[in-house]
Amino acid sequence: MERLLEVDQLTKVFSLGSITSKIKITATDNVTFDMKPGEIFTLAGESGCGKTTTAKMVLGFEEPTSGTIMHQGKVQGNNEKVWFTEGVQAIFQDPFSTFNPLRTVDRYFFETVDNFGLADNKKDAIRLIDEKLRAVGLTYEEFAGKYPSEFSGGQLQRVSIARALLTDPTLLIADEPVSMVDASLRMSIVNLFKKLRDEFGMSVLYITHDLATAYYVSDRIAVMFRGNIIEMGSVEQVLMEPKHPYTQLLRESIPEADPDSRWKEKVNLSETEEQEYLRTGCRFAGRCPEVMDICKGVVPPDLLVNGVLVKCHLYQEQTADRQLVDVEMQS
Amino acid sequence: MNNTILSTENLKTFYVLEVQGEQKVVKAVNEINLDIRENEIYGIAGESGCGKSTLLKALAAVIEPPLRLIDGSVFYHVDGKKIDVTQIPDEPMRRLRWDYVSYVPQGSMSALNPVKRLKDTYEDFISSHVAGKSRGEALQLARQHIVELGLPPQIMDAYPHQLSGGMRQRVTIALAALLEPQIIIADEPTTALDVVVQRGVVQLLREIQQRLENTIILVTHDMGIHANVADRIGIMYAGRMVEEAPTDTIFREPLHPYTQYLINSLPKFGDKTPRESVPGSPPSLTDLPTGCAFHPRCPFVMDICRQEIPEYKNVKPNHKVACWLVEEKSYGKAA
Repeated sequence: MERLLEVDQLTKVFSLGSITSKIKITATDNVTFDMKPGEIFTLAGESGCGKTTTAKMVLGFEEPTSGTIMHQGKVQGNNEKVWFTEGVQAIFQDPFSTFNPLRTVDRYFFETVDNFGLADNKKDAIRLIDEKLRAVGLTYEEFAGKYPSEFSGGQLQRVSIARALLTDPTLLIADEPVSMVDASLRMSIVNLFKKLRDEFGMSVLYITHDLATAYYVSDRIAVMFRGNIIEMGSVEQVLMEPKHPYTQLLRESIPEADPDSRWKEKVNLSETEEQEYLRTGCRFAGRCPEVMDICKGVVPPDLLVNGVLVKCHLYQEQTADRQLVDVEMQS
Repeated sequence: MNNTILSTENLKTFYVLEVQGEQKVVKAVNEINLDIRENEIYGIAGESGCGKSTLLKALAAVIEPPLRLIDGSVFYHVDGKKIDVTQIPDEPMRRLRWDYVSYVPQGSMSALNPVKRLKDTYEDFISSHVAGKSRGEALQLARQHIVELGLPPQIMDAYPHQLSGGMRQRVTIALAALLEPQIIIADEPTTALDVVVQRGVVQLLREIQQRLENTIILVTHDMGIHANVADRIGIMYAGRMVEEAPTDTIFREPLHPYTQYLINSLPKFGDKTPRESVPGSPPSLTDLPTGCAFHPRCPFVMDICRQEIPEYKNVKPNHKVACWLVEEKSYGKAA
């Protein structure tokens, strides 16, 4: 099977504190996943779960402690930066801090065209820019010469997507692209990802804490918790029948826009983040309603349950080990 | 029906700014009539920049330049008396604050003094609002209160930075509820929190409300939160209220086209049917469209919408809407 992006055993360790009292925080711990062409893949989780660190490493902003990232069969490395950014583009959380408020937005577009040599003259450049803007529902006329403050949040986020499209990337990395956008305008961004996938065959790595939009837009999802992927599979399976107790808690805690499904049970809140990162064994053990003795000492293996990857001791007996999973995938 | 506890009459508060010698008026709160009752959670929803935070400031009687009261009044109904808080002097207002009404502003989790332990913050606060309590008694009161709300008592010895964002937010809400006020006004109390933590904070609000049987006015843009806790919801658009009804009605039979869009655009689990955003962009409060401010984005726009502002009135008992369309369909005159 063709793979667009392969992330293999990606680990990032940050050291905190002074020389005398150093603590090591494993922000991502052997994160492994892959993406196919024309697929929307969601990395979901709460803040501090390592999803943004993963995105930063995929984009080459952060050096992994260990592990590899391959894009279209080539390993991402420093000498390959230009080739890499042409194929992988990114958009970020707050479009207003993405663009310099004192520069007109179109200058970013011309700069990108220039950097990648996408057009020979200004006329061609404008044609290209207009084409990409139309793909996101804007036009060159209503955008030329404007400053970021003259757009609404939703519009500016679409502008930043159009800029990312200039190089015809195969992969768009979207880090919390809708969390700063109003609920009433959110769907315009999310629908755009669907359009990019369906019309241009692009893949989108959608990083979010918003499981409702993740369900709506994506094909597959990986749920992260304190640096580990704890559940991964199709959105239908992971979000409609969550297996890992943490995914269940997360899914339960989303306030649904339906007065009939109000929360009934109370929720236990976590110890501090630091404690959970430093925990041996399963990092969710401190809050897990189904905690067993083994969870506190032994890191759970990655198990394959009905096609869904689950990192939890609860499913130990039902399944084969991760090694078997790998064999299956290669064959 | 419960008694009214807070009401506004034709409330207008605008930001008046001088920009390069020119006067700029931001019509953030425009002719708002509210009638908030005892023992309810009243939710206010709307896009960012629709004036919902400004409305809360006015309700809490924190109207400071550049925000100006242009017209109208805000009434607190204290012991059967109607007090216009926009007109009373500072000292009686200060006494009403926290005792009668407390206000949890946006980003209040950063409001705790970073160089003081929480018990000192609590003590400060108790000594300035409750007369005749010694330090020991004040701390005792604070500790008891913290425990009642299900927060760990050892946080009293912590500095704010030692707590997580969710814990700090819960501490500020607990602080707001300490004197058992009749009204708690909370502005986006769960924004920027993780879902699980957000649930904890919402739970705390709900518990406080049930215990004190008081009124909470909750502003958030998250319709999921409203669906979960609010008893009634008011929808704001471009500085005005456009619809108000009990939560069930807002979610099931919204009448204003803006509310309909807002509800229909929300993604739901188990339902992948395509959803659409509200078309267009929110209007600028300095340069509002003529007539109904929603008309440039409204799919059902008529001529009258471009010329006249629809009246905000009851179309059914407990259901207020400001839309010409509803008028047209003649749901019957004001109930």
